[in-house]
Amino acid sequence: MKVFMLGWEFPPFISGGLGTACYGLTRAMDQLGIEVLFVLPKMVESEYATHVKLLTPGSRRAAASFKFSELKNVKFHTISSALQPYSTPETYQRRIEDILRRKQEERGGEFKAGDPFVSRDYSCDMYTEVQRYAAMAAELAENQDFDVIHAHDWMTYPAGIAVAAVTGRPLVVHVHSTEFDRSGEHVNQTIYDIERAGIQRADRVIAVSHFTRNIIISHYGVSGEKVEVVYNGVERNANWSSINTGISKDEKIVLFLGRITMQKGPEYFLQAAKKVLEVMDNVKFVMAGSGDLMHRSIELAAELGIGHKVLFTGFLRGEDVQKIYKMADLYVMPSVSEPFGIAPLEAMDNDVPVLISKQSGVSEVLVHALKVDFWDVNEIANKIVAVLKYPPLQMTLRSHGNFEVRRLRWRDAAAKCAKVYEEMLVPV
Amino acid sequence: MPSVCFYFQVHQPVRLRHYTVFDRNDEYFDDHKNGSICRKVAHKCYLPANRLLLDIIRRFNGRFKIAYSVTGVLLEQLERYAPEVMSTFDALAQTGCVEFLAETYYHSLSFLYSREEFVEQINKHVDAIDYFFHQKPRVFRNTELIYNNDLAALIESMNSFDAIITEGADHILGDRSQNFVYQPKGCNKLKLLLKNYSLSDDIAFRFSNRTWPQWPLTADKFARWVSNVNGNGTVVNLFMDYETFGEHQWEDTGIFDFMRHLPEEILKHPDNGFKTPSEVVQAYGSAGTIDVPHIISWADTERDLSAWLGNAMQSNAIHELYRLEKTIKKTNNEKIISDWRKLQASDHFYYMCTKYFADGDVHKYFNPYDSPYDSYINFMNVLDHLHSRCSEQTTGGIEGSARGPDSSRYLSGAASVNKHPIDLQLVD
Repeated sequence: MKVFMLGWEFPPFISGGLGTACYGLTRAMDQLGIEVLFVLPKMVESEYATHVKLLTPGSRRAAASFKFSELKNVKFHTISSALQPYSTPETYQRRIEDILRRKQEERGGEFKAGDPFVSRDYSCDMYTEVQRYAAMAAELAENQDFDVIHAHDWMTYPAGIAVAAVTGRPLVVHVHSTEFDRSGEHVNQTIYDIERAGIQRADRVIAVSHFTRNIIISHYGVSGEKVEVVYNGVERNANWSSINTGISKDEKIVLFLGRITMQKGPEYFLQAAKKVLEVMDNVKFVMAGSGDLMHRSIELAAELGIGHKVLFTGFLRGEDVQKIYKMADLYVMPSVSEPFGIAPLEAMDNDVPVLISKQSGVSEVLVHALKVDFWDVNEIANKIVAVLKYPPLQMTLRSHGNFEVRRLRWRDAAAKCAKVYEEMLVPV
Repeated sequence: MPSVCFYFQVHQPVRLRHYTVFDRNDEYFDDHKNGSICRKVAHKCYLPANRLLLDIIRRFNGRFKIAYSVTGVLLEQLERYAPEVMSTFDALAQTGCVEFLAETYYHSLSFLYSREEFVEQINKHVDAIDYFFHQKPRVFRNTELIYNNDLAALIESMNSFDAIITEGADHILGDRSQNFVYQPKGCNKLKLLLKNYSLSDDIAFRFSNRTWPQWPLTADKFARWVSNVNGNGTVVNLFMDYETFGEHQWEDTGIFDFMRHLPEEILKHPDNGFKTPSEVVQAYGSAGTIDVPHIISWADTERDLSAWLGNAMQSNAIHELYRLEKTIKKTNNEKIISDWRKLQASDHFYYMCTKYFADGDVHKYFNPYDSPYDSYINFMNVLDHLHSRCSEQTTGGIEGSARGPDSSRYLSGAASVNKHPIDLQLVD
């Protein structure tokens, strides 16, 4: 079995759950002996300029290949592109403009619309870039040999469709998130259209939860038998205990870790914090992450009069994440609409009890977690207080949770994907 | 010549309402839910089953006999929500073929934590049975059939009982049969009746199980199994939850028809008959002593306490509950005392069980909470508030002035007018 996988970020540059999922799944597939051609966009930043020059011009040569030494059956191809997970048309635009400005400063000259850098490597708007990426992926695929195409989230769906068109191979689209999760009912029509085209064109659709599967069936016009649920797993973390923060704790810490965006419900976290502080004093609320609602959240904390009790750390990675887990008494994920939510699993793996919203895919797989409706601020606060106040609750959640999380393995997710592949390849 | 001895456990806890750390009132119990469950079970089980058994008793003219253990907290609720059930129990009591057993009024685990409280609750229950059904119970059964040598010694020392009932667990019997009357080790007069769990569970659990090789279970088949005991036993003790009829086994499984025909099938064999527990004790001498140094119960396959005290939350909750005993009783406030006692029902701790939680089995079916964690949080919030009421009391708070009208609320109309002794009885 050989898979042409249109994925995202790999370690050490992982900005969120999508990258984590692509990596976890691919690694597990590698262990199952499935061959994977992993194609991902890679930003051609100025620091890579010399390297890139060797490969440009010509889009085909802009696709670089490399191998991860630990993965025997995986071959990587990067396509130079400014696409990034969690981009919006606006953030994409801003990034491109930043790059242009930097280039301008380097060269000290004027930029013209027809500049070869712009036209060759990036498109100025995101939708065109998504289509350009698709064309490059199709070109790359022509000379490759594989059985199925597997595309992760909407920005790669056009690529998946293009590759399927030129090779005739079956297409799987893997839905980690939908426009309805990200934007509520204020959907971006263009993105929705791209998602729908991918989901409808796909031979099979993989949803990360039943929560997401229901959205797909009700909003994207496909029948249920085409949509399979494959839950994410969690990577066991072997060495968390070796980190010593040296922090002596006389204050309890409640942690929000994730992108600070509408989807993640930061305002519910803060409203609940306010309520908790009405009945408890020795507790601090940490918001680790960044996002378009970060400044709004800082303001909100101040408005609520709890600014001194809420700490904003910005985006954390690597060892800092381990440290913050080590300090936390409770992890809270009040997501408004969360297709899956890998972060709570990582928290549990780090021995931190979790409180998650019922509007999440991960609440389908977790038993030993506290669950709330994201809008029920009173109940969120009630449960936070209970965890901080009654040690046996924390103890029981932790011991059962740590055990439970071990059963959620990427290996099972990969095996389930493999089953989907096999079903597609059987001639009907 | 085995005698069949039926005893039905009849109990419904007083369920708590959703109570957060922000609630500051003494309305702990969900009157609406308790009322609707009580009426539902009355309609599906208590009323049809009582009428059926009354009918059989009359039809067999004294040859069909049964026993009940009805908890005090259920009697209170039936009076309030389903008084018509009380009149059918009263009619049963008057047939002379129905025996009422004694247990702890609040269906509590008090034996394990406070002997004083335990004895008070038994006396309260005996008084209630006397008041409602004009019988002085002579046979005792402990909550969940929890039992050991110490319990037997304590019951014997009360000088009120002839026998005690427990589970016929294999490991206390060795190669002996459950189908004889025994004597607890260390007792001189008290006798011991053991549940025939295999035949009891054939009715209570397996009756409607279509994968069971013996399905469907018919009255004549069951009567044959009872007759097989001939030669190796004098009594077959069939102990089960009364809710088996119509609630655990729905009416459409044929459970009522089974029961309707069982007496005549049993009585077809001239040697067989029915006896109440007290008649069994009078008719048969002890076949030997049973030594139970360690606690047993009728729960799960373990037959131990792990369903109520198996995790840290459960033991913490019950420990904190009984730690308040002196403080609670010192207030001399019946409302506080009765609230505290209602919290002692074993059900509250059963809801916190994490043992089989993931498998969604019987534990979950009877659980009004989404998770054991929710139930612990709720319980602890209530207990915390109850505790705060005690200190308000001792500092001359408002609780005492509201005592009269408050406590009468817990009795249904007629009973409270009649200066009904049960709930207003002060505890020294």
